[in-house]
Amino acid sequence: MTEPDAEFHRRRNSRALVTAVLLGAFVLLIFFISIAKMQH
Amino acid sequence: MTDAAIPAQQLPADWRDFLALTKPRVMSLVVFTGLCGLLAAPVALPAVLGFTTVLCIALGAGAAGALNQWYEADIDALMKRTAGRPLPAGRMDRQSALHFGVGLSFLSVILLGLATNWLAAAVLAVSILFYVMIYTVWLKRRTPQNIVIGGAAGAFPPVIGWAAATGDITLLPVLMFALIFLWTPPHFWALALFIESDYARAGVPMMPVVAGERTTRVQIFLYTLPMAACALAPWAMGLAGAIYGIAALIGTALFLALSAQVGMRQSRADDGAKPERRLFYYSILYLFALFLALAVDRMMAA
Repeated sequence: MTEPDAEFHRRRNSRALVTAVLLGAFVLLIFFISIAKMQH
Repeated sequence: MTDAAIPAQQLPADWRDFLALTKPRVMSLVVFTGLCGLLAAPVALPAVLGFTTVLCIALGAGAAGALNQWYEADIDALMKRTAGRPLPAGRMDRQSALHFGVGLSFLSVILLGLATNWLAAAVLAVSILFYVMIYTVWLKRRTPQNIVIGGAAGAFPPVIGWAAATGDITLLPVLMFALIFLWTPPHFWALALFIESDYARAGVPMMPVVAGERTTRVQIFLYTLPMAACALAPWAMGLAGAIYGIAALIGTALFLALSAQVGMRQSRADDGAKPERRLFYYSILYLFALFLALAVDRMMAA
């Protein structure tokens, strides 16, 4: 694999990981917002 | 994926470049004043909703920053301070920046509306549109008054925080808005005085470039006067107590002294623009301190 190929895979993987973490955090946030709105 | 080598310019942008697009350092003051607006409000939100409000203010500010960088990539490339940003440095394509900025704008406004109320969401939407359409697209390249009017965009966060908590907008958040609005010209013109050549190279009509140094110095001092009145008003009108009053009196007196020093001097080639740098950095500390004092004061009184 050439250097730009390796960099392409590294960036794609790190973006996928960050996106997954942010989506997970977003789902959790919506869950907690729903609970807070029901109690408020 | 084929085995063919990928040219460096076609690499996908790194996630750190998307983060840089949101101008995280600028965002800190916006987030802090928004948080203080929230804490100064007479109604306490549940922690999750308070956190969501601050998050949405941060996302909205990030979205506005991304759209600003999308539009200004050409002039960013001409200034030393901004040439390393993802777009002028060629680490990201413009379409990605546009999609990111628009997506983040919608996300922040809708999430804030659903979590708190639609007044707060509307003010957030207005602040993003104001920064992008009024400041970035319309004013910045046309008039030296760009940051005077454009400064309103950065003054909305405490109003958003307050509106998220209470569902209305009263005199105190309006005064917080006015304070940041009037603080912006002395803050940015002090910066423009020591990076003047950078703005001139990019053709941005900042006050020192268009009207000259002398006029800019006088304007810095003149804007500080109504700013001082706005800073003291919450205490004078009984909307804040002694903690804020003392902080406002001392902090504003020092601000006036520093801006008077900048207003009365002429720069020399060998002085390193020290008074201008001092005023610029002090102005950041001043706004942080005043909003912190206001939030603490109001929370202790509640």
